[in-house]
Amino acid sequence: MASCWRTSRHMKTRILGFVALIAIVAGTTVSLLVVPADVNQGDAQRIMYPHVASAWLAYLSGGVTALAGIGWLWKRDLRFDAVAVSAAELGALFTALAIWGGMMWGKPVWGTFWQWEDPRMLTTAILLALFVGYLLLRRLSDDPYRRATRAAVVGLVAAADIPIVHFSVVWWRGLHQGATFGSPDKLLHPAAPLVFVLTLMGMLTAFTLAWAWLMIRRYQLARTELALEERIRAGRLTAARLRAQAAPSAGTDGARTAGPPNVDAAGTGGALP
Amino acid sequence: MSAIGRTWSAAWAIARKDAVAELRGKHAATSTLFFAALVLLLFGFALGPDSARLAEASPGLLWLAIVFAGLLIVARLHQVEIDDDALEQLALYPVDRRAIYAGKVLSGLVAMLILGAVLLVVVTILYGMNLGPALPALVLTIVLGSLGFAAAGTFYAGVTVRMGAREVMLPLLVLPIVAPLLLAAVRATAAALGGDPSGELWAWLQLLAGFDIIMLVAGAGTYGFLLEDV
Repeated sequence: MASCWRTSRHMKTRILGFVALIAIVAGTTVSLLVVPADVNQGDAQRIMYPHVASAWLAYLSGGVTALAGIGWLWKRDLRFDAVAVSAAELGALFTALAIWGGMMWGKPVWGTFWQWEDPRMLTTAILLALFVGYLLLRRLSDDPYRRATRAAVVGLVAAADIPIVHFSVVWWRGLHQGATFGSPDKLLHPAAPLVFVLTLMGMLTAFTLAWAWLMIRRYQLARTELALEERIRAGRLTAARLRAQAAPSAGTDGARTAGPPNVDAAGTGGALP
Repeated sequence: MSAIGRTWSAAWAIARKDAVAELRGKHAATSTLFFAALVLLLFGFALGPDSARLAEASPGLLWLAIVFAGLLIVARLHQVEIDDDALEQLALYPVDRRAIYAGKVLSGLVAMLILGAVLLVVVTILYGMNLGPALPALVLTIVLGSLGFAAAGTFYAGVTVRMGAREVMLPLLVLPIVAPLLLAAVRATAAALGGDPSGELWAWLQLLAGFDIIMLVAGAGTYGFLLEDV
């Protein structure tokens, strides 16, 4: 029964992956070939469809990372930490994609890759730095519980910081110099043709499906990693315990007999409690 | 004594202990101040000798020097607790964990205020800034900026203090977090020095205060978790 259920869950994940793939291919085809180019921005505006979808997933991932951190601190279940690391890695990926898309759009439309007057660009750059810092912090902590706690608190403080970052850069522009260039706000003003809106909605759905599939697969991988780590730790603990038990019997001349008990310990490790 | 009173007196005791240790040691405090002054001197080499350009850039340069030296301050205030396993002792004290965080923020704040005062003098001398009438607003900016940096920096110093490669990890984690603080403090300083023609000084000070409150609440709420596994 259990294995049957597991198989069906596995199948569902596969189906989700295929649906996401088809949706992305369809969305890309429609946004590149079917939808007409924007009157003012020409073909460059087509970048907006994957760009907006990536940006949405970047912030969604950040939110999931922070919430999973709260889950860990509250329930002390490492599955929450597996969700957190999955979301953070996908967050870094989609944040980088969003910034890249923004730069590719900015060059033809604004004339520069980097636009200091766009608050969203600056906030997203800080978001990428926070994701990278979070992932490096995890990389450098080897105890799973300590790593989960550190990551959870860092994720929470970063999530508290992002609104202030956004607020500060919006103010910076607002107080210092008025908005000059066309900002992404104007990409989808109410008068935008319905076909643009529908394409964007379709692309958002396709990207979100792909995100969900990646989340599931990455989460499974994280669980496997944790299980492996746990086994290695348990093996080390058993070996250390056996060494400690063997030490007194080695007598005064510990140096000479230090080797054989260890070999022994490895051999009988499974039989001990 | 009430619970809050006990927490405050514990925080005060920790901050006092740090101050006494620094006053007896002296070397670390002096070298941090010297480092910050040196950064300001090197900015002059990088952007000078045009003194008009230096004066224009001085709010940003002042705050970058404060941030760089501030990183050393908050890292050191935790580093001293690692020697002789003192952090373990601190974690064992029967006080609210928030008291330990508050004490560390307090000693960090005092150190950063001294740093800010010294750097204001250095900037006046090196970049020819005229502080005179702007001084009250500048002092307020430095107090709010230092408090925010101490609040965020103390939290991250607690995160990284027992990690390998903490010298790299601390700036990597703190710098993106304090980006809005840097922005607001630089704009407030520039507004104060320029006589605030567009009336934006108050808005930036409010943003700084908001950053301080959010970081203090977030830090106090989460710092305790970091002491669990000492």
